[in-house]
Amino acid sequence: MRRTKLAAIGAFVAAAAMLLVAGAPAQAQDSIKIGWAISKTGPFAAGAGVTTLPNYQVWVKDVNDAGGINVGGKKLKIEVIEYDDRSNSEEMIKAVERLATQDKVDFILPPWSTGMNLAAAPIFNKLGYPQLAVTANTNQALELTKRWPNLTFWLGLPSEIVDGIVETFAKLEKDGKINKKIAMIAVGDQFGIELSTATRAGLKKAGFDLVYDKSYPFGTQDMQPVLKDAQAANPDVLLAFSYPPDTFAITDTSKVLGFNPKVFFVGVGTAFPMYKGKFAAGAEGIMGIGGSDASLPGIKWYIQHHKEIIGREPDRWASPITYASLQVLQQAIERVGKVDRAAVIKEINTGSFDTIIGKVKLENGLNKNIWAVGQWQGADFFGVAPISKQGAKPVVAKPAW
Amino acid sequence: MTVKALLMTLALDIVLSGLVLGGMYALIALGLTLQYGIARIMNLSYGECLVAAAFAALYLYSGMAVNPIIGLLAVVPASFAANWLLYQIVLMPLVRRARNQGMLEVDSILGTFGILFVIQGLMLLTFGGSLQSYSYLSVPVHILGTTLALNRILALLFAVVIGGVLYVFLTRTRYGTALRAIAVNPDAARLSGIDIHAASALAFAAGGAIVGAGGVLISMFLTFSAAMGVVFTMKALIVVIMGGVGNMLGALIAGLLLGISETAVARLVDPGLTIAVTYALFLSVLLWRPTGLFGRPAR
Repeated sequence: MRRTKLAAIGAFVAAAAMLLVAGAPAQAQDSIKIGWAISKTGPFAAGAGVTTLPNYQVWVKDVNDAGGINVGGKKLKIEVIEYDDRSNSEEMIKAVERLATQDKVDFILPPWSTGMNLAAAPIFNKLGYPQLAVTANTNQALELTKRWPNLTFWLGLPSEIVDGIVETFAKLEKDGKINKKIAMIAVGDQFGIELSTATRAGLKKAGFDLVYDKSYPFGTQDMQPVLKDAQAANPDVLLAFSYPPDTFAITDTSKVLGFNPKVFFVGVGTAFPMYKGKFAAGAEGIMGIGGSDASLPGIKWYIQHHKEIIGREPDRWASPITYASLQVLQQAIERVGKVDRAAVIKEINTGSFDTIIGKVKLENGLNKNIWAVGQWQGADFFGVAPISKQGAKPVVAKPAW
Repeated sequence: MTVKALLMTLALDIVLSGLVLGGMYALIALGLTLQYGIARIMNLSYGECLVAAAFAALYLYSGMAVNPIIGLLAVVPASFAANWLLYQIVLMPLVRRARNQGMLEVDSILGTFGILFVIQGLMLLTFGGSLQSYSYLSVPVHILGTTLALNRILALLFAVVIGGVLYVFLTRTRYGTALRAIAVNPDAARLSGIDIHAASALAFAAGGAIVGAGGVLISMFLTFSAAMGVVFTMKALIVVIMGGVGNMLGALIAGLLLGISETAVARLVDPGLTIAVTYALFLSVLLWRPTGLFGRPAR
């Protein structure tokens, strides 16, 4: 008697426990938690606010409007947890750790900039989260993806950008459009020095003559002295590895000085819609890093769609790639069919994905679908190099100011 | 051209371009020298006020099609009023409880450090964190064989006019003398019947009006963002300390000197050394005259 009673109670408890166990995950799977730590304040806020954060917002809205991410036959809406890293890498690392251990998010989207992503790489790896480091651009990418398989790079290597620049100029020179005289200026930090060093070697090898070659300090507010000397050297090409405020200042000052090289190539910021907005017809023919194939239906849709939701157009370098990387993440989760981060990392690295920038298939953790050089032609910043890439537009001559 | 003529042209080019750059430095420093030198408030939120004025100019220009020069008529009085209120509401309690100059300096640094984040946060909320840039009067002007941008020349002219007018006001008028008296010795000034609270509030607000004008003018040619204020505070601080705290003419001359030396080094030596020359000049002035070019020795 006692035994049966005990057995009955035991069975009841077991059944209840099973119900609880079955009930708990069913509730947790109503949504998929995605977190990010991004610079909303501090010096990185400007860059993160142009390229990264708007794309996170557009993508989350798109996924949720479509019902959510399809995980094992069930559509899960995205629940967002966001932290401001205040442009401080220690804050960012703390926030990423908190997202994983306290908020227990299912996936973490990466921070903005090369430095932040490299600083985040060890912690992403330790926690076992995929890191789609879209805004990181480093020549060490291959070593790093070998060491940390969860880490992927999307913007191409700096060496690929340099190859694209040299290839573009060499073709123009061969076609008799420009002579061999190039003036190069670069901001005096890691970005400017790395790219200008590699480009200097590449241009010399291709037989170009660097008639002016100087760097200027980060934050320089007057470009006139540099440009006057560059102008005096009478080059056919002005090549600047500059940051957005300098990119705007170099363009503006060259216009004022009447400095009219046949090729005008400026750095970060050229691909911003704001550049076109500020210089309007003056932007025609100006080259810069990045670009997109605006004839792709995906890109056409994306630019319009971004404008509708955010209120302005996206930049034409890292923005479309950021959105594409999120599409890859979503497709990888859906193919795996559950929140299994190790399997998702494997799928991101080995799968082939259809995105707004076309087909994406990573090689050794590196996205190969990139543009090295773009040029403003009419309303869009088209990719012109690598010249052999499908959709590459021929370079047009830049009209005088 | 002969070598001599070529050198003359280069020298003239460097001096004129340097004056224009220095005019901008002086313009952003003049307001701080009033606020720090006379109202004795070391305003760390100075750069944020400058950027706020730049945003106001951008809003008037792109949102309401008001050109920045006309925009000055709205931004300058608004900035005057805002800074007067800031002094009366936030800084007055610090002024009243400060027992001496040193204590006020420390308290005002801490207080305005907080205000910095409030202003920055408000700008982030309203305009977002991205870079802003527009062009106005970005047209070439040819002076003595040198090409300069009209908007930058305008900033230089404003700096010279504001600096000159304030200098005359402070040295030649009765009220200006009263303000200088506060700067030299607030306790003695009070004993001579000067209402130091009202006068300091006015000096602080006038500094705010100048920073408003500076923000509007530089927005015509510099790219700015809500996070960029500290860059301007630093530059203004260097110019103010170099020129001698509270001295209008000193700020003007220190600004122009910095502009010319930066341009000369960029043209003649290497553009990479412009920051180095700024600090070298700053350091040597302080070694030679610890109170700045036109500063008085400490009592």
